[in-house]
Amino acid sequence: MTLHVSLQHRFDGFDLDIRFDAPPGLTVLFGPSGAGKTTLINAVAGLLRPDRGRITADDWVLLDTDSGQNLPPHRRRLGYIFQEGRLFPHLTVRQNLLYGRWCAPRAARREDPARVIEMLGIGHLLDRRPGALSGGERSRVAIGRALLAAPKLILADEPLAALDEARKAEILPYFERLRDEVAIPILFVSHSAAEVARLATTVVALEAGRVTRAGPAAEVLADPAVTPLGARAAGAVLGAVVLRHAEDGLTELGAGGLTLVVPRLDAAPGTAMRLRIAAHDVILSREAPVGLSALNILPGTIQDIRSGDGPGALVSLDTAAGRVLARITRRSAQAMGLEPGQVCHAVVKSVAVAPDDVGGGPGMSGLRGPGSA
Amino acid sequence: MTDALTHWLGPAEWQAVRLSLQVSLWATLASLPFGILTAYALARWSFPGKQILNGIVHLPLILPPVVTGYLLLVTFGRRGPVGQFLEDSFGLVLSFRWTGAALAAAIMAFPLMVRAIRLAIEAVDPKLEAAASTLGAAPPRVFATVTLPLILPGIVAGTILAFAKAMGEFGATITFVSNIPGQTQTMPSAIYAFLQVPGGEDAATRLVIIAVTIAMAALLLSEVISRRVARMVAGS
Repeated sequence: MTLHVSLQHRFDGFDLDIRFDAPPGLTVLFGPSGAGKTTLINAVAGLLRPDRGRITADDWVLLDTDSGQNLPPHRRRLGYIFQEGRLFPHLTVRQNLLYGRWCAPRAARREDPARVIEMLGIGHLLDRRPGALSGGERSRVAIGRALLAAPKLILADEPLAALDEARKAEILPYFERLRDEVAIPILFVSHSAAEVARLATTVVALEAGRVTRAGPAAEVLADPAVTPLGARAAGAVLGAVVLRHAEDGLTELGAGGLTLVVPRLDAAPGTAMRLRIAAHDVILSREAPVGLSALNILPGTIQDIRSGDGPGALVSLDTAAGRVLARITRRSAQAMGLEPGQVCHAVVKSVAVAPDDVGGGPGMSGLRGPGSA
Repeated sequence: MTDALTHWLGPAEWQAVRLSLQVSLWATLASLPFGILTAYALARWSFPGKQILNGIVHLPLILPPVVTGYLLLVTFGRRGPVGQFLEDSFGLVLSFRWTGAALAAAIMAFPLMVRAIRLAIEAVDPKLEAAASTLGAAPPRVFATVTLPLILPGIVAGTILAFAKAMGEFGATITFVSNIPGQTQTMPSAIYAFLQVPGGEDAATRLVIIAVTIAMAALLLSEVISRRVARMVAGS
């Protein structure tokens, strides 16, 4: 099922005009605060009626202002995971979890509560009230409550924003599993580049109420023109497979026939991974470098060079492992005489691939297959 | 307990206490659904004439009770437009009956009830109700499963406050339904009547003690429950 969204809305001098498609998998709505992400997701939920718009999922019409159709929220079959959780304070965790299931049509109740409770590790909390839960526990209950509502569409509005780094690391894997196990579209609002890189199948970049770029995650993230990321946060996402764990504490990954070395990963050989390589961790060399301490050298062809007003330039390089971004100074680009079409070598320090940037699961379309090394 | 009370009180006094309890109970319970509806409308809806409705609800709080009683007599009396309609259609007579005393008590207690419930509704985060609707709950179900449980302590507090006010109602009652022993002579009317006759002070004093006790108990109870609202809405 693919969700088609087209909206126009104006309020308080803010003007929203958005059109995008969300194929199955996880679509991240990405952009700075004030870009209209929450407004957009509330319109999809039916909590906000846009001035004009049409929201459909295959032949199922959620909203069509031209023909006057507007399904109320309770008939849209959603699983909405709110930023603040919004658990019902007067109900126990168990009652919160089963609330949506209790409202859903009997035939649609496909998720087994026991399985969801186990997946989220909240079995020991069932008899507590939300007030007695930690932030991370509340987030997990909110995810479970949305899943058990037998949704046709999952909406998540920065579900991790209220959590510290440790809790985020605890919750992220659940969204990866959701993306890989549940065959319904997930709309995920975020302004964190790391979350996008780790979770997104599709990225819709928003800025000031407009879509600036939309498409498969690997393509959008490797596009230097995607401004919401900012040059500092730019980075490419690569798919890779764990090859072997070396005795010196490093793990070797295969990507498109190339080998990448990263600090020890806790995954069995054969596991598919995604890596995020930040643009500022990549150095470019015209010649194949020798006598260098960096372990990862990816040969490729320069696809594009972009520079803005500042002293920096973003170079995108097509390698056998996928597209890699490098952030260098404009001065170096000139001194090296870099031009699109040239063969170049991207040098990545092994430590640059932080464990935080490594996510499990394939879950990406538009990525070159990890390939066999 | 009841035996001891009837022994301590004379039959006339006991009758007044019992009538007062009956009138106040009916006044409170019958006005509760209207109280919740009015509070909800004032807290959540915007409609033309909202301030006028708010004013009418609060009027009995500021008008001299005798004026309220007179207006009730003019409207709900046997010759009044509403009174005549009620008698013709349902055989319900309000003037100079205990039912009229209950109506007067309900009108006088209504603003207190609405205020307490309205505060509770305003304390409920509409985002919780929105969350329930995204989970598939239609509006009546959202109200029954989210709004109502969250405002329940406020409803209880408002009901107790209204009950205490109804127990003490005097001016509007005596104007509307007079002071007929066994029919419309509630506790305050009885105290007033006892004080008009020589040697009635003892009976009056006993009723005063009962009135003070009931009023204090109701206030304390409503205070305890209000505090629980705050804690519950905070979510702990």
